[in-house]
Amino acid sequence: MSVPHALLALLSEGPKYGLQLREEFEARTGEVWPLNVGQVYKTLQRLERDGLAESDGIADDGPQKRFRITASGAAELAVWLRTPPDLTSPPRDELVMKVLVAVRVPGTDVHEVIQAHRLYLVELMQQWTRLKDGEARGDLGLALVVDAELFRLDAVTRWLDAADARLSRAAAEPPRPAPAAVPQLRRAGVRR
Amino acid sequence: MSVLELRGVSKTYGQGPAEVHALAGLSLSVAAGEMVAVMGPSGSGKSTLLTIAGSLEEPTSGEVLVGGAALSGMSRNGKARLRRRVIGYVFQDFNLLPGLTAAENVALPLELDGVAVGKARAAGLAALDGLGLAGRASRFPDELSGGERQRVAIARALVGARQLLLADEPSGALDSVNAEDVVRLLHEACQRGVAAVVVTHNAQLAAWAGRVVFLRDGQVTGQTTPPTGPESLLAGPGQGR
Repeated sequence: MSVPHALLALLSEGPKYGLQLREEFEARTGEVWPLNVGQVYKTLQRLERDGLAESDGIADDGPQKRFRITASGAAELAVWLRTPPDLTSPPRDELVMKVLVAVRVPGTDVHEVIQAHRLYLVELMQQWTRLKDGEARGDLGLALVVDAELFRLDAVTRWLDAADARLSRAAAEPPRPAPAAVPQLRRAGVRR
Repeated sequence: MSVLELRGVSKTYGQGPAEVHALAGLSLSVAAGEMVAVMGPSGSGKSTLLTIAGSLEEPTSGEVLVGGAALSGMSRNGKARLRRRVIGYVFQDFNLLPGLTAAENVALPLELDGVAVGKARAAGLAALDGLGLAGRASRFPDELSGGERQRVAIARALVGARQLLLADEPSGALDSVNAEDVVRLLHEACQRGVAAVVVTHNAQLAAWAGRVVFLRDGQVTGQTTPPTGPESLLAGPGQGR
C-alpha cells in the first residue's frame, strides 16, 4: 500500500488537516492498515517537498496546518491509479486498493481504471499462453508453472469483472443505509 | 485482406423508451489467420456482434463484409450459401443433432450444400481424423464426452474450405483441460489460415488470441497490443512488464 498516494487521494476531495487525514485513511481502508501520526506528517512533508501537496503555511508542522493537493499531485495520483502493480509478487491487495481509491477520487471513472488493469492482465496472460504453446509443450514442470500463473492472473481478472459489475449495479440503485451490525463486525475484526 | 470487416456497425432493438443499443458504431477487421477474442460484460454486445458477423441478423446501420463481399447487397440465398460454405459456427452447447453420428453431423453442412453423400462423408471423416476423433466417427453425440462433442462441433464448423470461424463461449461447458484442447484446435485452425472471432468471458481462453478486443455498451473500449515474446517472463522478477 502506498501511503503517499492514499493521502493524495484523500486530499483530492479537498483541503484537510493531518489528524483528519490519519482518521480518514484508517476509516477508508477498513482499519486494516494502522497509521501513526508521525508517519502521516513525515509523508506530508515529503509530498510538500516534492510539490505534490501544499500547506496554508499558517502554523509550523502541527495539527493546525491544512494541506491541499497541487496540480502535479493530482497528475501523480492519476498516473499511480492507472499504473499496474508489480504482479511478480502477490499483487491483489494493491489492485484492490487502487479500485477502492478510484471509487473515491472525484472525476475518476472507476470503470476506466478497472479496464486499464484488465487490459494489462490479459496482455500478460497472452505472453504466458505463448510460452505454454511453445517451450512449455515439452516441459511438464514449466507447463504447470505457466498454468499456475495463468490461473492466478485469471482470478484477478475475474475479480475485476465482478467489481465492475458490482459498481455498475450499485450506481444504478439508490443508496441504502448500511445495517447497524456491519461497523461492529468490522471493528471487532480489526482489533485482533 | 480482411476475411471479416465490420464498418461502423450499429444494432438497435426496440423503440422509444425500450430502445436498446446493442452495438453502437462498432468497427472491427479480422484478417486471414488471425484469432480475435472479444470480451466484455453481459449485455456489452458480444453475441450481437457474432450474429451480425455471421449474417444471421442485419445491422441497423453500418456495413459488414465477409471475404470482401458486402452482406447488405446479398440475397437471402446468397447469405445462406455463405453460411454453408464460408462461415463456421461453434456454440457453447455444441448444437449437434442427436439422431446423427459424429461423422454424419460433420458431413451435414456439405450435404446441405449439394455435395454428394459419399464425398461429404469422406470429407467429414477427414475433418474428424484431423482433430484426433477418427475412432469416434460412428458414435452418436450422447455416447461422447463433452470435450469430444465440442471437438466434433469444431470439425463440423471447419469442414469444407471455411474461411471464418465464429465461436460463442466454445469452452464454457468444459473443464479446464478439455477447454484447452478445444482452444488449441481453434488456434491451430487459425495457423492454417482461418480467421476466427471468439466471444468469451474466460480470460484464459482469450489469451490464446493474437488480439483481444474489449466491448462495453456496444463499443470497443480497448484492445491488446500484439503480444511480445514470452522471453521477458523468464528474465526474472519485474522484467515481464
